Order: sequence, then structure tokens, then C-alpha cells
Amino acid sequence: MNKYTDQGKKDTRSGFGAGLAELGRTNPKVVALCADLVGSLKMDEFIAENPDRFFQVGIAEANMMGIAAGLTLGGYIPFTGTFANFSTGRVYDQIRQSIAYSEKNVKICASHAGVTLGEDGATHQILEDIGLMKMLPGMTVINPCDYNQTKAATLAIAKHQGPVYLRFGRPKVANFTPVDQEFEIGKALMLQEGTDVTILATGHLVWEALVAAENLANQGISAEVIDIHTIKPIDAEAIVSSAKKTGCVVSAEEHNYLGGLGESVARVLSMHHPTPQEFIATQDTFGESGTPEQLMEKYGLNTKAIERAVFKVIERKG
Amino acid sequence: MSEIQDLEALSTQVRRDIVRMVHKVNSGHPGGSLGCTEFFVALFNKVMNLKDTFDMDGIGEDMFFLSNGHISPVYYSVLARRGYFPVAELSTFRLINSRLQGHPATHEGLPGIRIASGSLGQGMSVAIGAALAKKLNDDPHLIYSLHGDGELQEGQIWEAVMFAAGRKIDNLIATIDRNGQQIDGPTEEVMPLGDVKTKFEAFGWDVLSLEDGNNIEAVIRTLEAAKSRTGKGKPVAVIMETVMGNGVDFMMHTHAWHGKAPNDEQLEIALIQNPETLGDY
Repeated sequence: MNKYTDQGKKDTRSGFGAGLAELGRTNPKVVALCADLVGSLKMDEFIAENPDRFFQVGIAEANMMGIAAGLTLGGYIPFTGTFANFSTGRVYDQIRQSIAYSEKNVKICASHAGVTLGEDGATHQILEDIGLMKMLPGMTVINPCDYNQTKAATLAIAKHQGPVYLRFGRPKVANFTPVDQEFEIGKALMLQEGTDVTILATGHLVWEALVAAENLANQGISAEVIDIHTIKPIDAEAIVSSAKKTGCVVSAEEHNYLGGLGESVARVLSMHHPTPQEFIATQDTFGESGTPEQLMEKYGLNTKAIERAVFKVIERKG
Repeated sequence: MSEIQDLEALSTQVRRDIVRMVHKVNSGHPGGSLGCTEFFVALFNKVMNLKDTFDMDGIGEDMFFLSNGHISPVYYSVLARRGYFPVAELSTFRLINSRLQGHPATHEGLPGIRIASGSLGQGMSVAIGAALAKKLNDDPHLIYSLHGDGELQEGQIWEAVMFAAGRKIDNLIATIDRNGQQIDGPTEEVMPLGDVKTKFEAFGWDVLSLEDGNNIEAVIRTLEAAKSRTGKGKPVAVIMETVMGNGVDFMMHTHAWHGKAPNDEQLEIALIQNPETLGDY
């Protein structure tokens, strides 16, 4: 039996909004910026309570990133809010020069990541953002799994000195981590111990992994499930020690297999403990319109896909 | 000597520094650097209100942001001669392990630099952010920025221009180096900028024209006038006409020396035209 149960479906972006509102009350140095997506990013509460610490920049994401960099030069901690696509690819050079290379304490908070954005289609469904951001020296990359964890991560990154990319999503998904679960940047969260296979998941795929593990248990397979909420810096110790125990790994993420969590895991394992690995991820493709559930099914990002990958990787153990 | 004569002497020394720095490593951008020498000398030695020691946050002092980072030679020379770091360090410009990177950077911890620049069009946004932080901190000091005219071809500049006026960023003085030149030729041939003053005014800025940006008295007079127009609900722009390569006759009035270093003979001529005043590094 999973010790984690769905406490009721909630969107991770609302976890960000709740965390930001709490920061508004507790940390006078936190300021927020948005590029015409206040409602989508759930920033209303922060804005209502801290109108002087919020900056609406309009549809001008490049300018927003530069202004955020400048705001750090008076001791402020800027949180930028827009969709993941417009938080990364659209403004990569601004982030690279004015934030990452300049070592500015900006928190880039990105909603609507991945295919679960749904009907808007591929223009808005970025599947390359983790790769883009993790390649920037000094950038911390976090992809929390549910409402509670997104809220906790939002609070945690305010205390972290340095640029952070916080990635979350649009749809309501299971909220299953405890409300008081401590969020430690860079520290993987062991959700369920097992002996036959390790499932390393991030973001929306963590709940899918837990459900898969329960189904697998009914078929006599003991799966270990670890939530890799921080993709950079990655918790190599947790990955290696689990791989040594189970002998095979499935990585699971709502992102292209190129540049995502899976590649970070593969690097860790190839250096420290070469281990068979299967990748649950999109296969170097753009997304398309559809419901989140349809897209997760079509692009192989759900419980069933994880279970198939587990059987395959266990075979490969030999 | 009068204060103006002192600043002119400093300008001459800075021009020597620029051509010597660029010559030594056979790379760098002398043209725009020479054209903005008087601006930098006036800004850091007369116009800005600066603390004695550098800290990143710059609370309680004016701050400057160089958006067109390729004119780093003039920036470095003026910072060094203002006491931010040893003048001798100018000899490390663009060398391995130097704090004086080809384009300004914070990564190596060079005092005086608060943001990396080089990829164009980003500095006005950063300056606006710093200006907002000043307002949040109730710090009455001003934010200054410098932009190349060719840089105005970047879209982000106009996002920032729109924001600054729309949000009444009236503690910002943005200067445009209107030398009319960019790498591929005259700006009006590469991509016509047209009437820059009217464009800024149309966005809601208070705009001053500085027709002789290589006359240090005129630079000081205009920047002081710009200061007096802050705090009135509008961002302030100074459209500063300069001559690229100013002070070295064969580098003037052409884009040819945008990013090209003088050879040994050319250096000698440039140095004769700019005799040592305060001591070479």
C-alpha cells in the first residue's frame, strides 16, 4: 500500500500562488513581476496584499527578465511569472546574460509546462525547458510534483541565494505529499522503498509513478519510487544508492528525453554505477492539442507507460 | 588648472588607455570607446553621486549601467582612474584570468560592474529594475544608463522604453550614443533609426539633445539639466551626438574602427595626438 494518498486534486500553479502569497506576508524583500498572465499564474493574492511589490510588465517577457535582474540590486528577491515557454526559450539570452552569468538572485517561476497545458497546443507546450535551464551555469532547476510541494518549493527558493527555475503546471492533479513535508533543494524524496526497480520521477509523473508502483506490487514487483524534484543540482547519492539496490532504473518526466531528468540520471549512473535505464519522456517531438489525459496517453507519459517500461528494464537486468 | 581642464586632461589619458589596451591584445572596440570618453569622464568624476567604496546593491549612491558593453575599454579606464581598482590592472584587458573581460562581467568580481553586458538591448531593462529598487528603498539617488544608437534596433529596448514611461520611472537618465555608426556601416544605411528624439518623446519620455557629446562642458551641462528634470513623472533621455573614434584623427567619422585594433604605427600616431597627462598604466 502507498503511504501517499490523493488529498484531492489541485493544480501546482495554485501551490505557487499560495507560496508567493505567504512570502508576501513573511518576506518584505520578495517582489513579483508578471507578463500579462496574473490569473494563470495565480498571483492575485500576492498582488492584492502587496500592490507596491508587484510589477505588471505587459506582454514583454525579455524586459521582465532584465527588470528582475535590476531589482536584485537593492536587495530584492524578484519572482517572475509567465508560462514555461515564455519563461525560457523566448528569453534565453536575457536569462543567460543578465541573470545567470551576472549571478542575480532571480526566481523564474514557470507555469503551464509540458503537454498537460492541453488544448492550446504545441506553441505553448514547452518540452525543452528543463534542458535549456539546466545548461546554464549556476541555475537551480526544480520541478515539484503536486500542490503542497510546489508551495513548499516556492518558500524554499526565496531562502536560496542564486537564480532558480521553478517549473509547474496547469491541470488539477493529485495532491499527495504531506502539507508539512520539508522541501530541501537538491535532496530527492524517497516516496516508497522497493527492491526490484527504481522509478525516478519528477513533476506530474511522480503521482503516475506511485500509482504504477501500486499496480506493479499487485503483480509481484517491488518498485522503489523517488521524487527527483530538483533536477539541478541532482541528488546523485540517492540515485546511485537506489540503483545499487534494485539494479535497474526508469526515469519519468513530462519533457523531451533529450536534455531532461533522464539524461541527468544517465550521466550520474554512467559515472558511478552503470545501470540499465528506460526513459519515460517525449521522444524528440512537439506536442499538440488535446486534453491533458489524452496527451499523456498518446505521448506515453502515464501509469501504463511506466509499468511497461518497468517490465522492459527488469528484463534488461539479465 | 580649472576643473574642466582637469577633466579634459583625464579624458586625454583615458583615450591613451583605450588605444593602448586594444593595441596590446589586438582586439576590442576603440571607436565607440573614444567617442564616449567625455561622457564617462564627466559622469564618474562630476555628475554622479558616488560612495567611496563599491558594493553590489549601490544603496545610497547613483548607479550606472552600460548596455552597449563592447565599449568596455573606456568603462574600465574610467573606473580604474576613479579608484575602483588599480590602474595597473588595465594591462590585463582581455587576457586569460583577467577581471577585465572583453565585455563587462560581474563573474570575476571587478569593482564597479553590476551586470554583464555585451549581448545588446538588455541594459535599459536592468536599469529600470534598479530604478524600481531605488524607489522601493526610498533611495533618492539616480540611475544612469548608456546605450549605443545601433542597439536601438533591438526590440527589448522598446519594451523597456514603453515600460519606463508607462510606469513613470522618473529616476532614470538613459543616454543614447548617437554616433550614427554600427558594425556594418552607418546606422541610417544598416537599419534607419530616423528621428530618435521624436520616437522617445512619442513613448512619453522627456528628451534632451546633446549636440556636442565630445565637449566635456556640454556633456556636464546637459547631464546636470537632465538631473534637474528627474522626479517629474517621466524618464529622461539624452540623445548624445558623438564622433566615433574621437581624438584619434584616422579613427574618426567612420565605422571602420568599431571593433579593430591599431597596429604599432597607428598606435604611435594615436599616442602623439593624445599626450600623456596623468601617467600611463
